[in-house]
Amino acid sequence: MQPETKKFELVCPAGSLPALKTAVDNGADCVYMGFRDDTNARNFTGLNFDLNNAREGVRYAHAKGRKVLLALNTYPQTSGWQRWTSAIDNAAELGMDAVILADPGLMKYATKTHPELRLHLSVQGSATNYEAINFYHEHFGIRRAVVPRVLALAQVEQLMANTPVEIELFGFGGLCVMVEGRCALSSYATGESPNTCGVCSPPKAVRWQETASGLESRLNGILIDRYGKDENTGYPTLCKGRFDVAGETYYAIEEPTSLNTLELLPELMRMGVAAIKIEGRQRSPAYVAQVTKVWREAIDACRRNTEQFVVKPAWMNELGKVSEGQQQTLGAYYRPWK
Amino acid sequence: MKLALGPLLYYWDNEKVNAFYDAIAQSPVDIVYLGETVCSRRHLLRLDDWLEVAQKLSDAGKEVVLSTQTLIESESDLKTLRKITGNGNFRVEANDMGAVRLLANHMPFVAGPTLNIYNPQTLQLLAEMGATRWVMPVEMSGAALSEMLQSRPANMETEVFAYGRLPLAFSARCFTARHHNLQKDDCQFRCLDYENGLTLKTREGQPFLTLNGIQTQSARVYNLLGELEELRATGVDVVRVSPQAYHSEKILHLFHETLEQRIPPSLALTQMEKLMPELPCNGYWHGKPGLDFIPQPALARSA
Repeated sequence: MQPETKKFELVCPAGSLPALKTAVDNGADCVYMGFRDDTNARNFTGLNFDLNNAREGVRYAHAKGRKVLLALNTYPQTSGWQRWTSAIDNAAELGMDAVILADPGLMKYATKTHPELRLHLSVQGSATNYEAINFYHEHFGIRRAVVPRVLALAQVEQLMANTPVEIELFGFGGLCVMVEGRCALSSYATGESPNTCGVCSPPKAVRWQETASGLESRLNGILIDRYGKDENTGYPTLCKGRFDVAGETYYAIEEPTSLNTLELLPELMRMGVAAIKIEGRQRSPAYVAQVTKVWREAIDACRRNTEQFVVKPAWMNELGKVSEGQQQTLGAYYRPWK
Repeated sequence: MKLALGPLLYYWDNEKVNAFYDAIAQSPVDIVYLGETVCSRRHLLRLDDWLEVAQKLSDAGKEVVLSTQTLIESESDLKTLRKITGNGNFRVEANDMGAVRLLANHMPFVAGPTLNIYNPQTLQLLAEMGATRWVMPVEMSGAALSEMLQSRPANMETEVFAYGRLPLAFSARCFTARHHNLQKDDCQFRCLDYENGLTLKTREGQPFLTLNGIQTQSARVYNLLGELEELRATGVDVVRVSPQAYHSEKILHLFHETLEQRIPPSLALTQMEKLMPELPCNGYWHGKPGLDFIPQPALARSA
């Protein structure tokens, strides 16, 4: 058993150098980031790191004894293979503590070229069972897998009993209702998807329009939602719109909501989960600060006294403020959600 | 090019399934993919029943491939998976890397469309593990495929999803049960009521997606009938038609006749219009949003 398994790492998002420093200052054990291109699944304008920023980020985190993980979690496309392999080379050169990969071809490159580089399986690898995780372990020596947000806790536990690979779970943030890596809804509507371009429902396809029947959000012309005067608006992620199914209009796929598993902390620790991940590299440093601070406090409290752990209302209140649609859910960890 | 019938993505009762495959046995299809790939709760046909269908089709001269479930979560899902990969008779389409682990270096297999093979390096890797055919991800363009195939591994066939509502996404949540305010564990098998899936429209009435249990499909019907010559020139070996509740044999027939160049694609497309549950799309192949429909100028001229 590796010591870090017991440590229960808090893995926080950084879309920029200020966000990275904020995450470190507020108690993240690991920070994850991406380069400024389509090699990662948050490929948004103005976000992410060039080489200089990445180097400074690694220096800052390492000086304080924290780790930096690099997300290279899109699927290299035929025309850009070198972009992905250079990113691997850069990760090794920068001294990244691990790279988070989804593509087997890229994993093979990494193991051959940089055998010392630690590999994590990205959630975009869609590994929902131990046979799949062990596949990546046997062939590429992955050390940790981030499991898609679709398993119930009992299923996660069953999976953990059958693999030597560490398991990292999403604890908080924007919720994918679909299995990550198995969703092409965005490219169906806009031509760009997480797998191919590192984006979902890309901002350039979004249009807001005030109409007689309300404020409308559209994605490449497709009506995703329409809001009444007193309703809160949300980003038109296409699975979180209101649609008409058999004459009934509702959130047919998922409500705009955030995953929040704070109350599951004692259970996750007992199970031996290696790390808990906070979603949101596209969010502001203020979000990163707030979420990291609350989770640091909660994890420390839970570790001090797991039996007596209770979620403080103040924590939920703080997290509620930064949640999408101001709603929170346990997602698939709680079976009736399915 | 060979003609394949993809796995049945909907949930039909046994009578309908058996009648469907009886008709398929008589159709001009070369390859038939069988099995439940969407949801483990759909159990009217057990694996043994599927194997019976497989034998029947095999006896009729079809190449039969058993497809594995795409989203594998539980130990019982894995048990079924192991039975399929160890069936010892029919080739298997792996739709999850867990299936690849069980098949690699044991028997030749088909690398299914959800394995996310987006580059030649990954394709080569799967070839080394024993894949002898791969199915292109639905969102890949013809231009990208062409680049992929410039370094195609030896003895590797390429298959393209060429007709049907596109399987776009998989979830742990059942959207059909959700529509009925039911939980998945108590779904009352409502999928049986929607033999072509349940259409999701925008609030201005545009058919957008199709709910099919835990799977989300396009509402529009992906149709590359007009692009078959382009597919052939790109190096595609197999075109896949996805089953629908009605007219599947007629659609296979039109694909077959077009492939044999006994009927011009423009005429086949016109005849197909009435057979499709929704308007066509073909955007993905042309590097556009999947729901786009790019009319083929050459076809328009000859029509």
